[in-house]
Amino acid sequence: MYVIYIICALGIVSLLAEIFNFKKALLPIVTVGLLAAIVAAAFGENTGLAFSEMVLIDRFSVVYSTLIITIAFFWFWMAYSYFHNRPQLTDQSAIVLFSIVGAVILTAFANMAMLFLGIEILSIALYALAGSKKNNLFSTESAFKYFLMGSFATGFLLMGIALVYGATGSFELLAIQSATTNTAQSLPSFFYVGVLLILVGISFKVSLVPFHFWAPDVYEGAPTPITAFMSTIVKIAAFAALLRLFPVCFAAISTTWVVVFYVMCVLTLLVSSITAVYQSNVKRMLAYSSVGHAGYILIAIVSGGNVGGLVLYYLTGYAVASLIAFVVIHQLEESGRTVFLSDFQGLFRKSPWLAVSMTIALLSLAGIPPLTGFFGKYLLLTQAIGSGHLTLALVAIFTSLIGVYYYFKVIISMYSAAGGDQTIRISTAQKALLFILVTMVVVLGVFPDWFTFL
Amino acid sequence: MLTIFLIAWPLIAAIIIAVVKQHARTLALAASLIELVAFMVMVTSFTPDASIQFSVDLPWIASAGIRFYVGVDGISLLLVLLTTVLMPLIILASFTTTKLKNPSAFYSLIMIMQMALVGVFVALDGFLFYIFWEMALIPIYFICLLWGGDDRARITLKFFIYTLAGSLLMLIAMVYLYFHTPGIHRFDIQSLYEAGRALPSGEQSILFWAFFIAFAIKMPVFPFHTWQPDTYQVAPTTGTVLLSAIMLKMGIYGLIRWLMPMVPLGVQEWGTTAMVLSVVGVVYASVIALIQKNNKRLIAYSSIAHVGLISAGLFTMSAIGWQGAMIQMLSHGLTVFGLFYVIEIIHQRKATHAMSDLGGIRSVAPQLSTVFLIILLGSIALPFTSGFVGEFLLINSLVQYQILIGAVAGLTTIIGAVYMLRAFQKMMLGESKEPAAAFFDLSTREKIVLYPVVVLVILLGVYPTPLLTLSEAAINNLLYTINDYLTLPK
Repeated sequence: MYVIYIICALGIVSLLAEIFNFKKALLPIVTVGLLAAIVAAAFGENTGLAFSEMVLIDRFSVVYSTLIITIAFFWFWMAYSYFHNRPQLTDQSAIVLFSIVGAVILTAFANMAMLFLGIEILSIALYALAGSKKNNLFSTESAFKYFLMGSFATGFLLMGIALVYGATGSFELLAIQSATTNTAQSLPSFFYVGVLLILVGISFKVSLVPFHFWAPDVYEGAPTPITAFMSTIVKIAAFAALLRLFPVCFAAISTTWVVVFYVMCVLTLLVSSITAVYQSNVKRMLAYSSVGHAGYILIAIVSGGNVGGLVLYYLTGYAVASLIAFVVIHQLEESGRTVFLSDFQGLFRKSPWLAVSMTIALLSLAGIPPLTGFFGKYLLLTQAIGSGHLTLALVAIFTSLIGVYYYFKVIISMYSAAGGDQTIRISTAQKALLFILVTMVVVLGVFPDWFTFL
Repeated sequence: MLTIFLIAWPLIAAIIIAVVKQHARTLALAASLIELVAFMVMVTSFTPDASIQFSVDLPWIASAGIRFYVGVDGISLLLVLLTTVLMPLIILASFTTTKLKNPSAFYSLIMIMQMALVGVFVALDGFLFYIFWEMALIPIYFICLLWGGDDRARITLKFFIYTLAGSLLMLIAMVYLYFHTPGIHRFDIQSLYEAGRALPSGEQSILFWAFFIAFAIKMPVFPFHTWQPDTYQVAPTTGTVLLSAIMLKMGIYGLIRWLMPMVPLGVQEWGTTAMVLSVVGVVYASVIALIQKNNKRLIAYSSIAHVGLISAGLFTMSAIGWQGAMIQMLSHGLTVFGLFYVIEIIHQRKATHAMSDLGGIRSVAPQLSTVFLIILLGSIALPFTSGFVGEFLLINSLVQYQILIGAVAGLTTIIGAVYMLRAFQKMMLGESKEPAAAFFDLSTREKIVLYPVVVLVILLGVYPTPLLTLSEAAINNLLYTINDYLTLPK
């Protein structure tokens, strides 16, 4: 598990940069370090249990952590200008890096204690980051809300873990799994309560309806790069945790949780898409869209079967497309604009780069072929239909039509004649980033099979 | 490889146009002419039998049973013919004197459109078909959104969501069939045929509706047509022409290639219902066309009427009905392009689509008026014009199927003649509404576009046999396998 070492080291280096005064060199160091981490993650061996059997390194954790760190790499690229202009550079980059460590742990935990640690490392860093625009009221509100909701979620999670421990006598996932398969009859009823409490705790983190209320406010209030971090890396990590727990560890008692997820899935899809239609703030709209995408992924989990690869593909497509959207929003903010729908008017004339990238990202999120978002949705639909959940497939179709409506509101506004003519300059680095990300969205969509080779 | 070229070349051209930025329209015209030449090469080495030729079958998404499988038979060939012949004319027609903003984006979108259209007509893999089907929607949406008229944002979004809803139904149906393919699940057309035919009548009926609604929205068939008149009106003329002359044929082609051979029992069960809907659409659209004051909307409604007749003829499941549909598709493509273009020419000169503002054009522009008359006669199916052959075969097939339906459809064509000729009278005859000097006759460029259309309209009417033979074998073969399946004991 060199990845965790490397990223931890990077975090510590960030802190030292303040003391030894090499702040200017920090971002290059982080970049190189993350590249090394990607390599280490991608070529990591399936070494099995590690860290006194607290961590399980298998195919699943290797690919998910690779994805997380790759996205983190692009995230640093995106946030470069954000970091660059701020005095708290070293603190913030250290916090982000530690948060990534939490995310990586969530892909590989083999023990409930590690799950708890991972979620806390990930979240506590984010509470601080969400409030990092200190003199902005919304940012502070967002941080506070996130903190309160997050604490609730942690409480549920901890309670759940305690109950499960009480029933099975172990924190280890393998032991719990064998308890549910071998001695299912003798499990006390509070074990199931424990499982459901864990479910609630994780649902907070992936923001499923009805545990999503924090997301729009937090997304809107937090600085845009942090929002991007939350809607991509945190989402991936939380889903990795969910996938490790429910379809694997609690597979034998799936009757307990599948129904709950089924209901939450339908609710998430409907509520998020209908609410998104009424948003005029694009960041808020993306928050609801991110809730909605969690709903789509849930379709796969409800449908059952081996869905790790499918969810990974979907998450990749979703994360890359959202990242593009947030890069565009970030650039708009940097040029001194707000991010209401009206601010997007005429963007095509002001900056074709931003407008075209945003268009492709939104088309992908809306699931239009031949982009990644489409093939992801297609795989989900196949999974749903193949396992006989035709109703879910129809709900998903219905909500993605609503999705087209609200994503296209942004697109239409970008190409409208209104909104003035002043051009928006963006740096070459950001153009290059947009180009790479857009290429990924297109190429992974047209050749989804290449994804399996990566 | 020629098929791959026909798909890939427009895409390459689109990229070139987007990158070069200068001379966009010349490049687009050249690219579409090269495409036409490549297609002509294909036609010369095409043998008119029922087999699939020039097929290419490459692995694409192996993990999901999806292949890049394309090929051409007589049916596809005629539709690719329509696309490749019309495209240069459409591009040439768009060379207006008024300056188009952002021409490179405009023409690359048109080229992407051509790629998707050709792709739809040659795809032999269900998933690939779906991808091309959707990809045709994106460029036309942006063409309408960026260069359209008033209130375009609302209307084009309605159009987009409407058609997407239909497509998604089709996607679900495709996936459902995919799971019923024998052995390792696959998306190629033969496996999907087998899967569909193996299903009981009830399931085939549900699938029938899923496919039919998708295709009916595209065509559009009553009562799924509500997006069409508004969209045709607000779209720039190039967009209107792309939609009406070529894109709606995707729906008709879908019926022939995908729906009917795939779920024959569904067709047996619900075909008559679909036919009645189509004929109701013919009557409805014709009656509404009678009271239109805007000439673009008039053509839009007349288009619904024509397409309704084609769809009705297809559901007779008879060889003459299908032959009529094929020839009528070509004829409709030609005439509707010609009509919209003449209207665009008038609009450029007089800046109006209201027929009450027009009149007496014949006295100042006799050539324009004559060309308009010939195309219009083609559209109302006068003997010795292209429309006659198709309409005669279609109505013939309907009469043989059910005398009442045939009679209703046949009589409605008379209404067609009424509103079309009245439109001619209002616009071309009578008193000129403005000083004659303001109006000039066809320019050379306009002649280059319209004369081929006129020649083809007459040629197709007088001597349609070569085209009929191209698709005859493929149609007979497809119908034979369907009827063969239907007569088998189950």
